[in-house]
Amino acid sequence: MRGRYHLLKLALAFGCCTLGAAPAAAERIIASMSLHRVFVTSNFTGTQITLFGAIERDPPGQQLRPNYDVVVTVTGPRQNAVTRRKGRVLGIWTNVDSRTFINVPIYLAVLTNRPIEALASAETARRLHIGLKIIQLPQQIGPDVADVVPDDPFRTNFLRLKMAQQLYSERTNGVTFLTPTLFRADIPLPPNVPIGNYDVDVKLLFDGNQITRARSAFELVKTGFEQFVAEAAQKHGLLYGLATALMAFLTGWFASVVFRRD
Amino acid sequence: MQIYLPVADLPVNIFLVLAMGLAVGFISGMFGIGGGFLMTPLLIFIDISPAVAVASVASHIAASSCSGAISYWRRNALDLSLALMLLAGGILGMAVGVWLFTLLRSLDQLDLTIGLSYVLLLTIVGILMIAESVRALVRERLGKPVVLRRGGSHTWLHGLPLKMRFKRSKIYVSAIPVWLIGFVIGFLGAIMGIGGGFLLVPMLIYFLRVPSATVIGTAMVLTLVTMAAATVMHAVTNHLVDAVLAFILMVGGVIGAQFGARAGQSMPGERLRLLLGGLVLMVGLRFAYQLMVRPDDLYSIRVMAGG
Repeated sequence: MRGRYHLLKLALAFGCCTLGAAPAAAERIIASMSLHRVFVTSNFTGTQITLFGAIERDPPGQQLRPNYDVVVTVTGPRQNAVTRRKGRVLGIWTNVDSRTFINVPIYLAVLTNRPIEALASAETARRLHIGLKIIQLPQQIGPDVADVVPDDPFRTNFLRLKMAQQLYSERTNGVTFLTPTLFRADIPLPPNVPIGNYDVDVKLLFDGNQITRARSAFELVKTGFEQFVAEAAQKHGLLYGLATALMAFLTGWFASVVFRRD
Repeated sequence: MQIYLPVADLPVNIFLVLAMGLAVGFISGMFGIGGGFLMTPLLIFIDISPAVAVASVASHIAASSCSGAISYWRRNALDLSLALMLLAGGILGMAVGVWLFTLLRSLDQLDLTIGLSYVLLLTIVGILMIAESVRALVRERLGKPVVLRRGGSHTWLHGLPLKMRFKRSKIYVSAIPVWLIGFVIGFLGAIMGIGGGFLLVPMLIYFLRVPSATVIGTAMVLTLVTMAAATVMHAVTNHLVDAVLAFILMVGGVIGAQFGARAGQSMPGERLRLLLGGLVLMVGLRFAYQLMVRPDDLYSIRVMAGG
């Protein structure tokens, strides 16, 4: 009984694969960012960049299917992050427990044209890594690194805090179809967005299955004065520190001259 | 008007930061304290990471105390030789403090240690200062002469060897307690990330009997040198000094310090100490509240360098 059940599952999985694979060669996505390089200047207060995409028949000339779904996942630079939990010890609230998330994106945005539950089954969403709920967040567990159950309190609170900081977001109206084959996705970049390289992954779904995908990228860079200061702080620490200390002396001296009354 | 901070990596409202610099600068000029214990929590409150806040505040305190020190220098209200002797102990204290800081961080007990030392230090110092100044004010009200420095009353401190005469302050004390005070201030500065002015001023008054005329100017010289050194140290070790943030704070700070210094000089010493005691106690109780009351959010995230 159990063996037959497994065989059935295997057959189903194979069927899904072939079904999913068969139309894979039939369409392709052409995706382009409105900007490939976002400059952070002194008046940067967050911005938004747009991804334009077109669905084409491949080879061309044939009839397109109606009602495609698009999932755009934007992944920012990665870093380790510690999530701490406070508890009460001898009447004092202090950090009692912590988990280290290894190499997780500082920024993550998932944009879709309709709710994720509506465009793919839970199983497909998990397999294709669609949505924040099932995104991989590996933790350091003893000597190993592994992802934990989705309702792990450290994991859910990490997601909640990241969403509160606007660094993680999920927008079910983030992708707009301009025509049945032409779409745009507005990628929000909040003021606290990290500097670095961003990967943009575009998945085309039809009837709950992935047909094809395309990749793009953009980068966020500091420019001009901001770049100069950041580089000096990083590369010439001693000089930078001495210059800042000198600036403190001069500012203090200047003020005492300007405000001198006697 | 928003301005992007190149090292903190986020935009801030330039007028808000300027106003914070002004307010803390005023307090710092008035009492001769650095104001780090006020400024650092304010910056963290507007989403600047604690590491960048502590590193950048050091240079802001240096600027405020520089401007204040020059004002006191012009009024001849500053004892340079006393400041240099304090500094000798301060540098040693800083070195020991940095060593213990690293040790506590490796034991994962740094946050709690800092929180508890803020509470203990600020509440005790605050209560002592208030009690002393209230006593002095009551004595004054009753018509009894206020004698801070009783000529004949020598404490055990005066029996120590290595006696030195500090002409400007009109005191004749052993160098040992001077070095010790400098050491304690340097040590606590490194552990708690503060200039230590609010501790230094009462210590100089009560232990060394430094007169009110020179105590604030002298404390400012010590704060200026230690915080300038701290700025360079932070810039070399963790590259987290934000010069743009520091500059905005400095501009506000030095202007505030000028007005603060004037307000401080026109106020009698006891009342000034009562005010400072109240301020210190309030911040101490604020930290105690934070430790005792269940926080709104039990969870917090900190991004670690090098992922």
